[in-house]
Amino acid sequence: MSSQKQPKEGRVLEVRFVGDEEVLQHIVDKQEGVKGKNAVQILVSLKTPRKSEPEDSEDEDHEVCNEQDYVEALGTAAQASELARTPGKSVKFTTADSPPEEVTSPTRASKRQSTQYKTPSKGKKNQFVSTTPHRLRKRLSAPNLRSDSDSDFSPSNSEEELEAEEEASKLVPESKPASKAPAAGLYKTPVKKAKKVPEPSLVEEYFEAHSSSKVLTSDRTLQKLQTPQLDQDTLCRLLDGTSTAFSAELKQLNKEHERLFHKWMLQLQLGFNIVLFGLGSKRTLLEKFRTSMLLGSIHVVINGFFPSITIRSILNSITEEVLEHEGHFRNPLDQMDFIVKTLKEDPDLQLFLLIHNIDGQMLRGDKTQQILGQLAAIPNLHLIASIDHINAPLSWDQFKMSQFNWLWYETTTYQPYIEETSYENSLLVKQSGALALSSLTHVMRSLTPNARGIFRLLAEFQLENKDNPSYTGLSFQDFYQRCREAFLVNSDITLRTQLTEFRDHKLIRTKKGADGVEYLIIPIETGTLSDFLEKEDKE
Amino acid sequence: MKVLEYRKGVNVPDHAMTFQSLSALLQESVTPYVVCLQSKECSALKQVLQKVLVQLMGHSVSVEDDDDEEDQSGPRPTGIPSRKMLCSMATLCGWYTAVTQKSASPSPGKKRLSSSKGCGQRPPVVVIFKDLESFTPRVLQEFIVISSQYIQQLPLIFIFGIATSPITIHGMLPHSVSSLLCIQLFQSLSCTQHLATVIDKLVLTTTFPFKLSGKVLQVLISIFLYHDFSVRNFIKGLQLSLLDHFYSQPLSMLCCDKQEARSRAKELSHEDCENIRQLPSFMRYVEKQEPEIQVQLLTCDKRVKDVTQSLLKELHAYHKNYYPVLRCLHALTSSLPKYPLGKQIRELHGICLEKNVWETEEYESAFQLLRMLAKDELVAALRTCTEILKCAKKLGDAVEKLEEFIERFELLDRCSAVVEMGQEGEEELPPQKGLQKKTDLFQLQKSLLERESRRTKKLSKFELLRLAVLDCIDSIVKKHLLPPESQPLHEVFYYSSAGTLRRHLNAAPRTAIQTALNNPYCYLQSEALKSEGGAISNAAPDICIVYKLHLECGRLINLYDWLEAYATVVAAAEGKDPDSAAAAQLDDVKH
Repeated sequence: MSSQKQPKEGRVLEVRFVGDEEVLQHIVDKQEGVKGKNAVQILVSLKTPRKSEPEDSEDEDHEVCNEQDYVEALGTAAQASELARTPGKSVKFTTADSPPEEVTSPTRASKRQSTQYKTPSKGKKNQFVSTTPHRLRKRLSAPNLRSDSDSDFSPSNSEEELEAEEEASKLVPESKPASKAPAAGLYKTPVKKAKKVPEPSLVEEYFEAHSSSKVLTSDRTLQKLQTPQLDQDTLCRLLDGTSTAFSAELKQLNKEHERLFHKWMLQLQLGFNIVLFGLGSKRTLLEKFRTSMLLGSIHVVINGFFPSITIRSILNSITEEVLEHEGHFRNPLDQMDFIVKTLKEDPDLQLFLLIHNIDGQMLRGDKTQQILGQLAAIPNLHLIASIDHINAPLSWDQFKMSQFNWLWYETTTYQPYIEETSYENSLLVKQSGALALSSLTHVMRSLTPNARGIFRLLAEFQLENKDNPSYTGLSFQDFYQRCREAFLVNSDITLRTQLTEFRDHKLIRTKKGADGVEYLIIPIETGTLSDFLEKEDKE
Repeated sequence: MKVLEYRKGVNVPDHAMTFQSLSALLQESVTPYVVCLQSKECSALKQVLQKVLVQLMGHSVSVEDDDDEEDQSGPRPTGIPSRKMLCSMATLCGWYTAVTQKSASPSPGKKRLSSSKGCGQRPPVVVIFKDLESFTPRVLQEFIVISSQYIQQLPLIFIFGIATSPITIHGMLPHSVSSLLCIQLFQSLSCTQHLATVIDKLVLTTTFPFKLSGKVLQVLISIFLYHDFSVRNFIKGLQLSLLDHFYSQPLSMLCCDKQEARSRAKELSHEDCENIRQLPSFMRYVEKQEPEIQVQLLTCDKRVKDVTQSLLKELHAYHKNYYPVLRCLHALTSSLPKYPLGKQIRELHGICLEKNVWETEEYESAFQLLRMLAKDELVAALRTCTEILKCAKKLGDAVEKLEEFIERFELLDRCSAVVEMGQEGEEELPPQKGLQKKTDLFQLQKSLLERESRRTKKLSKFELLRLAVLDCIDSIVKKHLLPPESQPLHEVFYYSSAGTLRRHLNAAPRTAIQTALNNPYCYLQSEALKSEGGAISNAAPDICIVYKLHLECGRLINLYDWLEAYATVVAAAEGKDPDSAAAAQLDDVKH
């Protein structure tokens, strides 16, 4: 909630944003031992000094948006955040001269936490009670919320805030984070009410939290975050710049793990396999193990976190590169048999298999784990792997466990999962599409002019329809007609072969429409696509 | 059609080994045609047939060499049957008749003399279904029905491996199918019996100098009992402890048999001597010595070496006596009601390893029960005891004593008739007295007490003898069943770090991650982290902050709120926040 400091002359129509103090987050001490009796609520509030806005024209906007009222409650007592939003109906005020800011303080918050907020609760707000959905109100006022100290109210008028922030960012666009920090303050507000409220059992709280099937969250989205969207490279650069805390301790921790290397080596050679677990990326550790211990021996490194790894590729790399076997196998089981046989025949061959994240997305399947287990059971194949998922051990039943013959080692490193997560897209990072563009041009260069023309035709059509939300793609017949008109193809078979090639390169996708007609679309963002066309034009 | 049902229990990891030896045994003594099927390879009938054919025919090729290639099936090239070959029962039948005819006719060759001896000209074809429960019932049904059609030409025998109970087979197969089968049930030994054998052969023996301490044994047994019932895993634990002992304990080089240990003890380096001096058990030993010897032991390496040799010798002797006496005690107590000292010898062993067994309550109650034992049982138990003790050379005097006791018991037997008569005469009188004064309660009580005291006073010869025997056994136990911790230099032989073992065999990755997130101080020994109970400190690693904030939310998290909260926590002390993006990224993956 933003409680505004009102100028004494509040009746003046021209509203000035003198200062906006917003309570961003309450952090509540929820230690079990304390049991909420002397729970201390820490309010961290940030003040953003704001310059008064001279433009009158803006005021109209403010009034409109301030009438949209958000009540938001974070009930952490039951570890559930329930965010309620009063219906966004704009409630018209008869007293137009009252400053709109007052309205933004929601009733409940002011009732309960009037001690904490400076906004005086005024009688006017009663009319808002009715706008809160009844069910929600009941839950909010239920005594089950352990105590008032635990239920956090951090209502904020996000839209208003957003706009205000935008204004501010116009003024000082780059000093945003810096301006926040110095104003940060810590307030401790002891709450006495807590003792009076009978403490409900954990069970009740649990059911309270899960009673409604619908989970309410606040409707604020990441778009409202003011941090500029960085692209991947800048983010990496920024992150490289920041030094990690506790580097000395981390080094110590790592050293302890490294001391185990010889032991691991011995145990591996004696027929055990090793699995590492614990928080933090174990990739560097395993790499170090590899470089310090395994350089002289044959080893295969598998990145289990790679999104398109398959068991077949693992087996292939073993058969082709280690066993130097030419030829193909019908199925992984045959390949497996071959590997087992060859390794059995040649007991001197010691093969080390390093799997980063054996619980990776693609390796989780039962069949895959079965094959890996069979591999691990070969006496002269030594497996050292890492797991990160909290439920990873569930993917092994007793039989597989005995095949793997694991020895567990806890290696908590606190290292960031940089490499492992590099295949994930973060919402906070701007997708530049540079990669897609370059691959597109690469593929295009190898095509015949006609084929290029075909693709171009499709791309242009898609760009034309980019604003049409119900655009499903270009139907094949239509496309064929267009291609013919442009003298690109002479029969639909030619077009089809061409399209197959595109599909193999994942340049287009086909979808069967409701009427059974094939529709073609290019699964690339419009921005990238137009970039590509521009580039093509230049050439 | 014959079916052998083989119940194996739930210790799945061990089954592979059982079946391996079973099929090897079958191949050696009954028939060369053994097929092992696993459910994971047989998801459809076609695969089942293919597997059977490949294993049988491929096998026969390897057994019969290449001289009978052509009559196995014409178009097929050598070795493994080609994939395109029609896999059907008919093919199999044809192959089988061809092979049996061939072997029946005196062909140039050697083969299968042993097998054809037992089964005439038609050795059966054995198909083993390793894990019946996980086969698809439909596939199984079809396979059985089809093969029942060919039973005339093809003597098939199935072996079903069942982990749970024999009822499952009727659950899987309808009556029409199961009526085709003639089922015979076999039960494998329970896994605890296997475990007992393993412990008996590996742990309770002097053959191997390496020993497990009580805690380690407890960890291994509890993993066995509460997790998997797998003997294989138990052996793995044993291997690991062996490995770890020799890896981590520098003095484990003395852990070998007597002669070698002595020669190695002679060549101890200065460092080793220092290591010995560091051993807590050795220190205790030194403290008990005379002051001048103490000084010598602490300064002179040679002296240490000499003492080490003698101590090692003593330890070996101790082990030689320990196990027979342990078995002897077990033989005495294992049949007592309620098993005060455990039914299995490993339990008794565990108690003995932990502390002085005669100080425990269980021992007390066991001996109380022993004092009430009838003569026949006692004598029988004593006989087994002497048998056991005879194995140990050093316990000759104990054996002699016990034998003497047994003789005296037998002597008692002979004159027992006389004694009994006398006893009966004595016994008859008091009840009459009691009857006379029936009304007087006080008198009755008194007389009862009197009888009690008289009985305790007037112990029969047998009772006296029984007490004497038990005292003798008690003294033997007290002399030999000392816990190994009391022995100096026990660290050389006993592996005791149960914690390591548990960590590596029975790890808890979940808790590890939890503590790492909740309490980074456990891992990063930094003072900045060692603080307040519940509040989120901004000094902690980013991921810990983010995790704690996420705990405060419900099932769904608004990323915006979350990040803002994070920024607030961090900014409370510092002035930077671009990290939040990275932290969020980390957590995106975790959830």
